[in-house]
Amino acid sequence: MLFGSLLGISNLNLGIIIFAIGFALLLNYVKNKTTYGADTIISVFSSIAIAIGLAILAQTGNFNSYSSYLVGDILSITDLEILYVFLIAIVVFIFWYFTFNKLNVISINSTLAKSKGIKIKKIDNIFVILIAIVVMISIRWIGILLINSLLILPAASSRNIAKNMRYYHLYAVIFSVFSGIVGLIVSYYFNVPTGPMIVILSGAIYFVTLFLKKKVKE
Amino acid sequence: MEKACGLHCTKINNISVKIGNEEILKNINIHIHCGELTVIIGKNGAGKTTLLKAILGEIEHTGNIVFMDQKDNITKKIKIGYVPQSINIEKHMPTTVYDMFASCITHIPVFLKKDKKIYNEIKEHLKIFGADMLIDKSIGDLSGGELQRVLIAIATKPVPNLLILDEPVSGIDRNGIKNFYNIINKLKSEYDMSIILVSHDLELTKKYADKVILLDKEVIKEGKTEDVFKSLEFKNRFEELL
Repeated sequence: MLFGSLLGISNLNLGIIIFAIGFALLLNYVKNKTTYGADTIISVFSSIAIAIGLAILAQTGNFNSYSSYLVGDILSITDLEILYVFLIAIVVFIFWYFTFNKLNVISINSTLAKSKGIKIKKIDNIFVILIAIVVMISIRWIGILLINSLLILPAASSRNIAKNMRYYHLYAVIFSVFSGIVGLIVSYYFNVPTGPMIVILSGAIYFVTLFLKKKVKE
Repeated sequence: MEKACGLHCTKINNISVKIGNEEILKNINIHIHCGELTVIIGKNGAGKTTLLKAILGEIEHTGNIVFMDQKDNITKKIKIGYVPQSINIEKHMPTTVYDMFASCITHIPVFLKKDKKIYNEIKEHLKIFGADMLIDKSIGDLSGGELQRVLIAIATKPVPNLLILDEPVSGIDRNGIKNFYNIINKLKSEYDMSIILVSHDLELTKKYADKVILLDKEVIKEGKTEDVFKSLEFKNRFEELL
C-alpha cells in the first residue's frame, strides 16, 4: 500500500489496489511453488512489505501524513469510498454464494477438491484478489495495523461456539457488525480512535466466546 | 450401482513427473480392469503419493489416462474418486460431516439452510458404509476409522470409474484398518469400479490385493500378488521388514 502510493499513481486507491493484487498473486505463486506452510509465507511477505513501506516513507520525510493509513480514520471517509465498499460487498456476496462449497473442500484437502473437478488455482487466485481488494478498501477505515485482527477475530470467536457451517457464518457476521457499530458509537462519545475501539470490542467478544466454549464442554 | 463386469479398463500411459531437474516418476504404465484391486507398494519417497496426484491431474505430468468401455469399445471421460490419507482440519473447526459431504456434491452453499433432499441423499449413501449416524457430527470429533469411512463415502458419490485410496498411516487401530479393507473388498466385488490403493501394510496387501505394483520412481515389478512378493526386487526393498 505504502509502496504503491509512492510510485506516484495519481489515483491513490487504484494504485494501492493494483499493487495489492499483484502482491497477493505473487504470494500465492510462491506458496504453490514451495512446500512451506501458508503462515510462514504470509509472515515473510508482510514483514517485507511493511519494512519497505516504512523505509520509503522515512525517505520522503512526511511520515505523519500517512498515519491515517496505519490506524485508519473513519471520519474522513468520502462518499466515493462508501460506494467502493458497497460495490465490493456485492461482488464478495456473489463470489461467496457460488464458490463457498468449493473453497471449503479445497481447504479440507486440495487433492480431494481436484478429484471433484474443482479448479483449485483459479478459485484460490480469485479468493486472494478479493481479499486484497477488501483489505485495501478497509484500510482507510480501520488502518493497516488493525485490519488483520478484523479479518481473524470475528471468525475465531464464532468458531469457539459454532457447531456447524451455518452458525459459523451467522455468529461471525453478527460479531463483526456488532463490534463495528458499537465501536463506532463508543469511539465517538469517548473520543477514542475508531479502529482500535472496534478491535478491542472484537477481542473482548473473542475471550467471552472462549469462556463460553469451556462452559459448554463442561 | 452396477455390478463389476470386468469390461471396463483404465490405462495409465507413460506418466512421468519432473520437479525441477529431479525425475520423481519415470514412464509409469498401469492397466487396470474394473472389479480389481491394484495395490501400489514402495518405500518412502518412491513416488507413491506423487503418482496419485499425477493421475488426478493435480501436478504437471507427461503421459495420459484413458478409460475404455470394452463392451461398447469406446473411450469415455474418466470419473475418479479419491480418498485422501488425512485431511487438513483443526479439531474445533465447526465443519460437520454433512457440511463437508454437501460441499463436495452440490453448489448450494452449506452456510445457508440445510437442504432436506441433499441431507437425506447423503445419509442414505453414508449408510452403505455404516456411517449414517455420523452425519451431524463435527469432523474433528470423528475417530480415525470413522473419518475414513466418511471419506470413502464422499469419494464414491457419484460412483467413480476409478477409485484411488491413500491408506491412512496413523490414527487408526488394527481393527479399523481391517474394517477399511473389508469396505474396499465390498466395493470391489459389488460395484463396477477399478480400485488403486497405496498401502503401507504388506501383510494386508498380501491378503486382499489382486495385483501388486512395486514402485520406486518407476514400476519395478508388477503382477499377481504372490509373484511380486516372491520376486527378487521385492526382497531387495523390504528385506528388513520380513
